[in-house]
Amino acid sequence: MNDRPAVAIQGLSKRFKTGVTALAGIDLDVQPGEFISLIGPSGCGKSTLLRIIGDLIDPSDGTVEVNGKTAHRARLDHDYGIVFQEAVLYDWRTVSKNIALPLELLRWSKEKRQQRVEELLRLVELEGFEDNHPWQLSGGMQQRVAIARALSFDPALLLMDEPFGALDEMTRERLNLELLRIWEASGSTIVFVTHSIPEAVFLSTRVVVMSARPGRVAAIVDVDLPYPRAARTREEPRFFELVTEVRERLAGGEVAA
Amino acid sequence: MASIAVDRTTTPRIGAIHGARRVGLVVAGIAIFWALWEAYRWIGESLGITWPFPVNQTNMPHIHDMLHAFTQPLQPGGPPLIHYEWHWALFTMKEALLGFVLGGLIGFGLAVLLAHSVILRRGLLPYIVISQTVPILAIAPMVVVGLGTKGVTPWVSVAVIAAYLTFFPVAMNTLRGLLSPRPRDLELMRSYAADRRSVLWKLRLPASLPFVFSALKIAATASVIGAIIGETPASIQDGLGGAIVNFNQYYSTGPERLWATNMICALLGFAFFGLVVLAEHLIVKRAPEHVA
Repeated sequence: MNDRPAVAIQGLSKRFKTGVTALAGIDLDVQPGEFISLIGPSGCGKSTLLRIIGDLIDPSDGTVEVNGKTAHRARLDHDYGIVFQEAVLYDWRTVSKNIALPLELLRWSKEKRQQRVEELLRLVELEGFEDNHPWQLSGGMQQRVAIARALSFDPALLLMDEPFGALDEMTRERLNLELLRIWEASGSTIVFVTHSIPEAVFLSTRVVVMSARPGRVAAIVDVDLPYPRAARTREEPRFFELVTEVRERLAGGEVAA
Repeated sequence: MASIAVDRTTTPRIGAIHGARRVGLVVAGIAIFWALWEAYRWIGESLGITWPFPVNQTNMPHIHDMLHAFTQPLQPGGPPLIHYEWHWALFTMKEALLGFVLGGLIGFGLAVLLAHSVILRRGLLPYIVISQTVPILAIAPMVVVGLGTKGVTPWVSVAVIAAYLTFFPVAMNTLRGLLSPRPRDLELMRSYAADRRSVLWKLRLPASLPFVFSALKIAATASVIGAIIGETPASIQDGLGGAIVNFNQYYSTGPERLWATNMICALLGFAFFGLVVLAEHLIVKRAPEHVA
């Protein structure tokens, strides 16, 4: 592994045209292979921060580097895959074709696409559903298609914007475990936005606690729970201590959502 | 995850039941219409209803008389009416089909153009709307005479008139469909650094298809109407429009023939519509609630 951070953010701020300051003075380095969660009250700009890293919106001030390049260059080079809160699958495409969408845009050959899609279907445990259309799948399955699509071209960085926010608790916990398995297998870096404290602690190597508007980094909590983590990790005393710590950090900034 | 219900509604058996039910509904609909027509005729004649029109054989011929008219020769010793109707229908269909294709292509191309430029949208859209406020009866003679001097055969001119009626709904609906992707859909494409062409092919065009097909359904019937109306100022005698003008003049002596011709016009429009519906079923793969 090299020393170059996967994401390097310096002095970043974002003011919208409406006059709202969403982010102010953000400094953050994410090391390759890390699983970083951004957590904070509603409207603290954590999704905005994720979008700036992905060059989907521009910052007002400061710099963002991804893999040592500008965020813009990194987007053009397909350095990251993104998963939104909604699956954002295209209705007219089957599961396989949705997963293969980025590969088509990257002009992969049909054989290579097919082979890669088969691997991914196994990875997200959706074998047998390749010819279904999105509306025939449950929310959890749709989100796994979205994850497979984001992983399809093997990006070094995965940006996830509350990917499990709309799912029920049981599905969410199961997908948390799957995501850890995928992360450990792929060795990619993940920046994960959530507003669930247990989810952030369970998944992450570090939890970045953000304060309410304007969003600032209020604290960074190191999560020293060993990997691989399992369902029983949620029952360990250390897990509860860390959850409590994150909760107090959140409360320290502003009233937690 | 096997517990998650997957909705597979397209098994052949259920499909067949749906098909049979549809046919049954259409037949029942025709029967009910027939019964209502004849009932009104009978009641109207018995009570001597004169409003909004006097009920009699001239204004409301029996439906069986209209059907019978098909079997009667047009001229003594000549072939039956249905023989002529068939040829008129084929002729009008040729005009309508070319008009439909022309109008569809022009409307579609226009929409793609407008979808990509706000300036063009602002500048061109008012004129496109104005074009549709001019009555087709005013345009038709100009088109026929104008194109005629350029050596265009009259039936092609009629197709142009049909296209004039069809391009507008196609352009408007396609434009709406091309602009229908949600911000998230576009954001995803942006995250892949997709260029405009890819966004058009992989996102905007497929997203527009349900809208395009709604438009094509309107265009299908409009192209038949356009062709029939277009024949009138062109003095074309070979199609259904010409036949309608003719039978109009002899309405008082033989109203059944006009009604019979109207039936053929309706069937032709219905056939066009059906073809579009069929194409839609084959092409558009969307959630059931998106398919009209």
